[in-house]
Order: sequence, then structure tokens, then C-alpha cells
Amino acid sequence: MSISIENLNKRFGDHVALNDINLEVKSGELLALLGPSGCGKTTLLRIIGGLDVADSGKLLVNGLDIAQRDARERNVGFVFQHYALFRHMTVFENVAFGLRVKPRKERPSDAEIKRRVTHLLQLVQLDWVADRFPSQLSGGQRQRIALARALAVEPKILLLDEPFGALDAKVRKELRRWLRQLHDELHITSVFVTHDQEEALEVADRVVVMNHGKVEQIGSPDEVYATPASPFVYQFIGNVNLFHSRIHSAWTEQHGDAVAYVRPHDIDISHTQQDNEALAGEIKLIRAVGAIVRAEVAVAGSDELVEIELSRERFDAEPMVNGDRVFIRPRQVRVFE
Amino acid sequence: MSLTTNNRIAVNTRITTTESKPVIGLLLIVALTYLVLFLGLPLYAVFHEAFSKGSELYWSALKEADALSAIKLTLLVAVIAVPANLVFGIAAAWAIAKFEFKGKSLLITLIDLPFAVSPVVSGLVYVLLFGAQGWLGPWLMEHDIKLIFAVPGIVLATIFVTFPFIARELIPLMQAQGRDEEEAAVSLGASGWQTFWRVTLPNIKWGLLYGVILCNARAMGEFGAVSVVSGHIRGLTNTMPLHVEILYNEYNFVAAFAVASLLALLALVTLGVKSLVEWQAQRSGEPLHGAH
Repeated sequence: MSISIENLNKRFGDHVALNDINLEVKSGELLALLGPSGCGKTTLLRIIGGLDVADSGKLLVNGLDIAQRDARERNVGFVFQHYALFRHMTVFENVAFGLRVKPRKERPSDAEIKRRVTHLLQLVQLDWVADRFPSQLSGGQRQRIALARALAVEPKILLLDEPFGALDAKVRKELRRWLRQLHDELHITSVFVTHDQEEALEVADRVVVMNHGKVEQIGSPDEVYATPASPFVYQFIGNVNLFHSRIHSAWTEQHGDAVAYVRPHDIDISHTQQDNEALAGEIKLIRAVGAIVRAEVAVAGSDELVEIELSRERFDAEPMVNGDRVFIRPRQVRVFE
Repeated sequence: MSLTTNNRIAVNTRITTTESKPVIGLLLIVALTYLVLFLGLPLYAVFHEAFSKGSELYWSALKEADALSAIKLTLLVAVIAVPANLVFGIAAAWAIAKFEFKGKSLLITLIDLPFAVSPVVSGLVYVLLFGAQGWLGPWLMEHDIKLIFAVPGIVLATIFVTFPFIARELIPLMQAQGRDEEEAAVSLGASGWQTFWRVTLPNIKWGLLYGVILCNARAMGEFGAVSVVSGHIRGLTNTMPLHVEILYNEYNFVAAFAVASLLALLALVTLGVKSLVEWQAQRSGEPLHGAH
């Protein structure tokens, strides 16, 4: 099922939540909506799921306008950040819920419900907790049950709202890898919302970066990281150093009012001056963090601190300590006016 | 060095956060004396007075025709007022807790109105509206509808006085639970009705029961508002509290305390059921009130 969103707008009072959103979700892909909190990503997801209504614009699923349809008629699976499991039902009844509320004619028999629920619980590797209540499960288990429940009605589209947001770091990593595998098995068109860039880059086929109710960039994880389309994307995804053209005109190769964006790992650092574009500075702090070495360099003649990342190999070839006089030079610069 | 200083601070704070034994003892004695003096003693007096002339007189006071009709009327009023406020309470709490709309704070304030207004005044409002000299009095008279000094007036006054109980109990509970589960149910294909019966109602059942118990106790025990609209017609518009007053004013103490003992018994049963509900709710892990 492909989803296509055209000129979608949504306001809450004076606040513009979504401003003229245009977006295509391809059939079978896993798309991430990435942005800071309040950027409208959850609102967009809720509108696709029918839990909120857009003020204007089109929402097409397989070319069919579904904007006027109720959430219950959309055949969309929704997974909530805080699980939203039915607290008074067992895990089994939670997963069976979508089957039990079907109209009598479409409702499967009890034996069929049992078979399908058991199958789903096996799929999320939790068939052994069928008789427990949600309050007796860990966060990661609850979210897997929530996913099984959403899948029970065989939705055409799966929507996940910050699905791992309430979990601790380790479980989050495990679960997102597991979600990616599950998606590769089921190939169900999925959209998930996250504010965690690492999560979006690791899991999604394509990433939509949003800010202030607008789409900033749509692209593969590699595209949005390597070639950010706007200063916002540059700063939101990964770390970045800013250089104003008024001070560093040699770097920006421009004399107007522009800003150069440089990733910390795109800066060379050396005791010897590379060429006359290099800036002199002093190492304020240098330390190894896992596989990389991080340095903060104060540029001579200004109070700016430049963040630099270099590989351990590079560091071992030319060791440096705090207080060293060094020269820095960018390998790759992106200029935005 | 700094470690030992930290330790000393920790010990000090522990000491200052607990009271000394004599203070705890004194607090307990004050609370218990107060309870015995103002709750236990009167309760004992009611039953003591009721049985002062033997149990035979006690039973005959209860079996007397006017007493029976007062008991029946009290039950009838409760049977109408409690379900009415049950429906109203759920509807109001649902609207307030799960939707945003204009005039929400006004609605919450209005729900609290019966708590703020003296019951006598609420009774008088009904007399002003529906009484013979009231705004709607002539129209009601023309159509031969009698509300004041009749059973419908008593029911109306009781509903008015008791309507905050259930709504007030449910609003914080439903606000704390949020809309997530209902949204999940709808996205799974449940209709509004299915969502209510299968998700919302089971989640609020203990809080609802708690509200119903309190509402019922007040509906049966209400005096002020009912007294104004009832007219005290023996055998027709007397509820139990009104009947007690009449008997007492006639110096018929045994009968007065006999009927009063029923009301006291109702209070004890209410307290018992209330703790049972609280205990059950705690055991099932579903909080009775909004805050955990």
C-alpha cells in the first residue's frame, strides 16, 4: 500500500502544526519521520491513522482518498509510545481484541482466534506470557505485545509513534534491530516517528526530516547525513561546526554573509601548517572515546571552540596533548547563506 | 575527609525527618479522643436510645405504616437518583477528561456547585421554580403536574444535591488514564459503543463503584434540600431523615432513634463496602483515584 500526502495543513489554535506537507510513502517501505519535539511528526502520523483530522489537503492510500474515513475503517495498525495496552485484559485478550470486535459476519471462530493470537505471540517471541497482565511485563515486552496487537487485524499500513521512546538504551537498540528484521519478513508499509537520529538512520529505508511543521528533507539515511539540504538538517543530524564567512572567508570561499558547516570528522588536525588556509589554534581538551578521539580546539584570535574527531590510527601516528599548538583545516565544507 | 562529612549530614537528616515517640503518641491520643468523642459516642447513643425500651418497641416502631412508607420512599428516591447521576457522572467525566472544548472549566465549576451551596438553598431554588408561586408554577398547575410537596420534587432535589459525587470521583481517574487505550481500541476497529463497554468502563469500574456508594449514602441521608420541597406529609412525602425529625419533635424518642439507627446502619454498611472496594481496587492494581 502506498501512501501519498498532498498539501496537508493542520493548526491547533494559533500554532501551525503542519504546513503544506507533501510526502510519498512507497509500498512496503519503512519510513522514518524524524525531528525535534513539537515539529509536527506525531500529528502527521495521527492524521494518517485517522486519530486527528487535517484542516486541508489530501491523504491517498493506493490512490484512494481516505481523509473522510474513520480510524476504524482505515485498516491501520497503530503502536503508541506508551504502549496503550488494555490494562484490565491479559496479553492474549489484548492481541485478540481487534478480532473480537469485528462485526459478527467477519469475526473468526474462537479456535481461529486462538490460532492466530498464538501465532502472533510466537512472532514477537512472547507466547509464554499469554496469561499475564500488561503490568507484569517489562517495557520492551509491552511494546512487542502492542505490535502483535496492531498486527492482529492484518493492517495494510503500520504506524509507530516513538515506539522505543520510553525504553532504556540497551532495550531500544535490541528492539529496533528486531523491528527491522520483522519488517523485512512482513514487508508491510510502515511509518515510524522518532526524535532519535541514530534510530532513524539505522532502521529506516528513507528518512523524512521535519522542523516547525515543514518537511526539511526526504532521502535515504546516507543522503540526509552526507548531503543535508538545509542548515537545520546539518545541525540536527550529527555534530557540526559553524564558521562565519566574515571571519573565515578563505574557508567559505565567499565574502557575503554566509555560514560554513563542517562535520567534526571532516577536519584535519596537525602540528605542522598544511597550507595557508589552515587556522592556528590550541588544543583545550583531547580524549579518546571508544574507537575515536575527540578534540576541542580554540581558534587563535577568536573565542570559538571547534570540535574535531579523528581516528585512533591518525592519533597514534601523531599523538597530541592538551595545550599543543596545532593547525586545523577542513576537508569538506558546506556553505549556506 | 569529605566522605565522613557526607555521612554525618545523612545521619542528621534521617533524625530530623522522623518525630520522637512522645510526639507520635500525643498525636495518636488527640486523634483517637476526637474520634471517640464526636463519632463513636453519638453512634453508641443512637443504638442505646433505640433499644432503651426493649427490642419489641424497636421493631414495632419500624413496622409502623408511616415508618415503612418513609423507608420505601427513601429507597425509591435512591433508586432513581443514583442511576441518573451514574449516567450523568460518566458522561460529564468522559467529556471533561477526554475532550477539549470551550466552557470546560465552567462545567467543572457547575458540577461543584451543589457542594458549595447549602442544601436548604438548593431546595428553595426548586420551590422558586416549580412551586405554586414559582416561575413555572402556574403552567405546571394548568397541566396538573405536581412537583413540589410531592415525590418528583424530592427526587429532583436529591439528584441536584448528589450529582457531584460520581462525576468528581471519575474526572481525575479518567484524566490520569488518558485517551491512549480508547484510541488504540478505535484503531483496532472497535466502534464507540464497543470501546466504551470493553475498554473505558472496565478501567473505571472501581472508581465508579466508589462514587456510587458515596452518592447512595448521601441520597438516602439528605435532609436539608428534601425538607424544603417535601412538605412533610406523613405517609406520602416523608423520607427517613424527615420522619426521624417529626418523631423526635413529637417526643417519640424510641421510634425516632429506631429509624435513625437504620440510617446509622446504612452508614456503617457504606463504610464497610467502601473499604472493601478500596481493598479490591488495590489488590487488582488499578488505582481508585487519579494519582498513583
